[in-house]
Amino acid sequence: MITAPFDYEAPESVEEAIRILHENGEDAKLLAGGHSLLPLMKVRLAAPTVLVDLRKIPGLQSVEQENGGWTIGPMTRHAALQDTSELGVVARAASLIADQQVRNRGTIGGSLAHGDPASDLPAVLLALDGSVTARGPNGERSIPAADLFQDYLTTTLRHDEVITEVRLPGLEGYGFGYQKFTRRAEDWAMVGVCALVSRAADGSCADVRIGFTNMGPTPLRATAAEDALRGGQLDDASIRAAAAQAGEGTDPPGDLNATPEYKRHLARVLTRRALEEAVSL
Amino acid sequence: MSAIGQAMRRKEDPRMITGAARYTEDIQLPGMLHAVVVRSPEAHASITRIDTAEALERDGVVAVLTGEDMAGDFAGGLPMVWAPAGVEIHTPDHWPLKRGEVKHVGDPVAVVVATSRHIAVDAAEDVIVDYDPKPVVVDPEAALEDGSPLVWEQFGTNKVHEWAISGGDIDAQLAEADVIVERRFENHRTSGAPIEPRCSIGEIRGDKLTLYSTTQIPHIARFVFSGMLGIPEDQLRVIAPDVGGGFGAKLQTYGEECLVLALAKRLGRPVRWVETRSEHMTTSHHGRDQVNYVKVGAKSDGTVTACQVRIIADLGAYQMLLTPFIPELGFPVMGGCYRFPAIDLHFTGVFTNKMCTDAIRGAGRPEATYWIELTMDRLADELGMDRLELRRKNFIPKEEFPFETALGIVYDSGNYHGTLDRLLENFDLSEFRAEQERLRGEGVYRGVGFSTYVEVCGLAPSRAVGPQGVGLQAAFWESANVRVTPTGSAIVYTGTSPHGQGLDTSFAQIAGDILGIDPQNVDVHHGDTDQGAWGWDTYGSRSLAVGGEAIVRASQRVQEKAKRICAALLEAAPEDIELADGKYHVRGSPDKSMTMAEISGAAHIPPNELPADIEPGLEESAFYDPENFVFPFGAHACVVEVDAETGKVTVVRYVSVDDCGPAINPMLIEGQVHGGVVHAIGQALYEQVVYDEHGQLVTGTFVDYALPTAAEVPPLETDRTETPSPVNTLGVKGVGEAGTIGATPAVAAAVLDALSPLGVTELDMPLTPMRVWQALESAGSGGAA
Repeated sequence: MITAPFDYEAPESVEEAIRILHENGEDAKLLAGGHSLLPLMKVRLAAPTVLVDLRKIPGLQSVEQENGGWTIGPMTRHAALQDTSELGVVARAASLIADQQVRNRGTIGGSLAHGDPASDLPAVLLALDGSVTARGPNGERSIPAADLFQDYLTTTLRHDEVITEVRLPGLEGYGFGYQKFTRRAEDWAMVGVCALVSRAADGSCADVRIGFTNMGPTPLRATAAEDALRGGQLDDASIRAAAAQAGEGTDPPGDLNATPEYKRHLARVLTRRALEEAVSL
Repeated sequence: MSAIGQAMRRKEDPRMITGAARYTEDIQLPGMLHAVVVRSPEAHASITRIDTAEALERDGVVAVLTGEDMAGDFAGGLPMVWAPAGVEIHTPDHWPLKRGEVKHVGDPVAVVVATSRHIAVDAAEDVIVDYDPKPVVVDPEAALEDGSPLVWEQFGTNKVHEWAISGGDIDAQLAEADVIVERRFENHRTSGAPIEPRCSIGEIRGDKLTLYSTTQIPHIARFVFSGMLGIPEDQLRVIAPDVGGGFGAKLQTYGEECLVLALAKRLGRPVRWVETRSEHMTTSHHGRDQVNYVKVGAKSDGTVTACQVRIIADLGAYQMLLTPFIPELGFPVMGGCYRFPAIDLHFTGVFTNKMCTDAIRGAGRPEATYWIELTMDRLADELGMDRLELRRKNFIPKEEFPFETALGIVYDSGNYHGTLDRLLENFDLSEFRAEQERLRGEGVYRGVGFSTYVEVCGLAPSRAVGPQGVGLQAAFWESANVRVTPTGSAIVYTGTSPHGQGLDTSFAQIAGDILGIDPQNVDVHHGDTDQGAWGWDTYGSRSLAVGGEAIVRASQRVQEKAKRICAALLEAAPEDIELADGKYHVRGSPDKSMTMAEISGAAHIPPNELPADIEPGLEESAFYDPENFVFPFGAHACVVEVDAETGKVTVVRYVSVDDCGPAINPMLIEGQVHGGVVHAIGQALYEQVVYDEHGQLVTGTFVDYALPTAAEVPPLETDRTETPSPVNTLGVKGVGEAGTIGATPAVAAAVLDALSPLGVTELDMPLTPMRVWQALESAGSGGAA
């Protein structure tokens, strides 16, 4: 439980952080809340030679609403998200991450950049069609969630880019549900399902978005289930029919607690429950 | 007011909860070096080469040593101490560092010693070890089949030993039975997982070695390690400082403990080794891992006739201190609370390429209670009888205690109907059944499970368990030394040292009452082989029933002397001196009295009035070897809710009634029951040590080894009855393991009860969501979404 040796830097600006990342190449890693990276370093599954701690950079912790959407600073702690109920499904999902001690330290930017499909916020960002703003040596760019998550623990962020903000669209009129299945309260999701539903004037389903946690190497959208429900009635039968298609085409890795078959079963059950939750709101 | 029976707050807590406790890892010695063990990633292999050159080159590295390098440092290997007459137990050499072959993942092959732990960890990665892998066997039943890979070729078999015990005419009683229930049970492998991992420090000054260690057994460790090092016992002192939980995982003599001593001796400097959590999961002994084939017979009216059990115990790759004995340890209560006229038990130990098993909380008794109680449920179902009626019919009635079982074991005391009656006062079964029925209508599946257990503890009458009894090469008495200081405080030395039970408090209450001293002024000392009383340490819920009784006896002797001094000074007869309200006074003359401080002052600075035949000082010792074990018992009810779609089990209510005799401190009892029950909930639902078919450990961290947390456990509703034991003065029985022993079958039975309308009748622990879902699928009731 002792890390390999590493150097530690705590720059006071994003530019300085980018410079250190750029100069050290792939061996440098950003440190945000540390609740994913440090455990990996302690068991020596990760061994960066330089840690670039973001804690001294001002202005990275904020939750602001503008033009109907949300801009969230990357160092915003899960606990702050949890306490901002106006964030809807983001607040709900954040409140279910690990335990309060972890939520007091872990950050939204760190969770998204880590790209762990078993973490809760990546699937939520994907379902929300959110984006991150990344700044590197050549300036800033926006990366939509659909383009961010590339493979297991791998994102399209370049090694010398820093997430400077997380952007979420406004979701007035959407009901939401987040269903997280764990053995113990503090565990990573065995499977998680994020659902967002909006109703048309006639009560039918105007829009639906469903994101999966831990159903593959990246967070996924349940497109078949979404298509089955969109435009149709939001009654019990159609929700069941849509949920029955959840997990179709997914190939989740089996582990100690769940075979792929069981995970697909859970995806169907949890999708139905998340939709029921979303519709009743 | 008597201190005994009061829910006094733990004297040790202020230091423990403010960070002022002194755990082994807190100890800093000048010039201390740090050891890290290089371990095998292979489950079974020959070591073909170890190259330490690169590691030695690293700055700060003092030594890198292999098993061959240290062959001369040890006069003997790690011992196993069970030698039953006429039974062969295959016991391979077991050295602190392996020589030639490794037998399980984590087997130690070399040690790196450096000036800091960080350097030692880095240098350990530089040690190059080449292995030639050999075939692996991890399943104990497969290991017994012809053609299985052999863990130890020298024995020609993976069978370690066989042991059997029988009482009554088992064949006749089986023939008498109208109904016979047979079932296979698995009691899976678990870890002790104390919050404090192991840590050991070896120190040398002149030719005197000191071991500071996270151990439950400093006294046993001293004679084991002095023997392994080939030095006289006086040259080794063993100190167990504050110990942060043990659960049996620290009832062991570990290779690393002897290794730091050998290294300190070799290098002339203190050497510390600290276990990582992954090392704990890999190389601190595991518990359980049994397969039980159970056969129970009964007459059609429900009267039980016979209990026949074959136990296959996976012992892992070596024999540790008590490894092959642990399955047998439960034999005195294999038959439970029930009057079986015939009991027949057969045990087979098996080698596999896994870490050794040994004592973990309950050690043999939780396994037994699990199959007894679930088999009684099954028997009731077969007979069409109510499950609790079947138990009541077969309970040993309280009038028949002490009761001799078919195995010749004498249960000291009991009132099994009493605890079950009390349980049903606290848990309204008919109300639950109505609610259960109503909820089923809503698709919510709740179930209740009951466990009525008896356990055996207070280890132990030495003659019954020792070399000429069951065959342990040890004795199990306890001793105490009680000293009153000149100003009237007391120092109690006990041979049994706590690892979290609160003995500093309960022992102070006992001695304080008998001496007439406020328990706050009674200081309890333990865990140091060079100070105070010799003893046989802490395990098997023995500290109070055996160690506490030794304190009672030593304290009574001090009280007697205090009365003689008081009588002489107050000019009365010793038999007329009474102790009441903290004062020694002359019977009938309450104004003529002395406090213990006054008496002890006179004992230490004798006035002329004190007769010369009264020796100065106020200190006495006592040794106590119990005549029998003690047998706590109880009745537990667990209510669970099962999500029939996902298979997830949630414990929604837990109600217990335990009987461990009169309470010394009810709050400590409640704490022990809480911990024990949660430990059992952990085994039933969450925890399992898992190896894959290659012998690789899958559950090496707390991410995968799922200990229950506060969020998984409902408030526990505990209650007690008090049936005194006739075995000791206070009538007390141990309670440290009772919850763990009693609770697993209640949880498992509750899940089966919840699932009964869905056709699931059998499930092995741990009852994980996937396992429950798979059972529902097989029964054709799987929740489709």
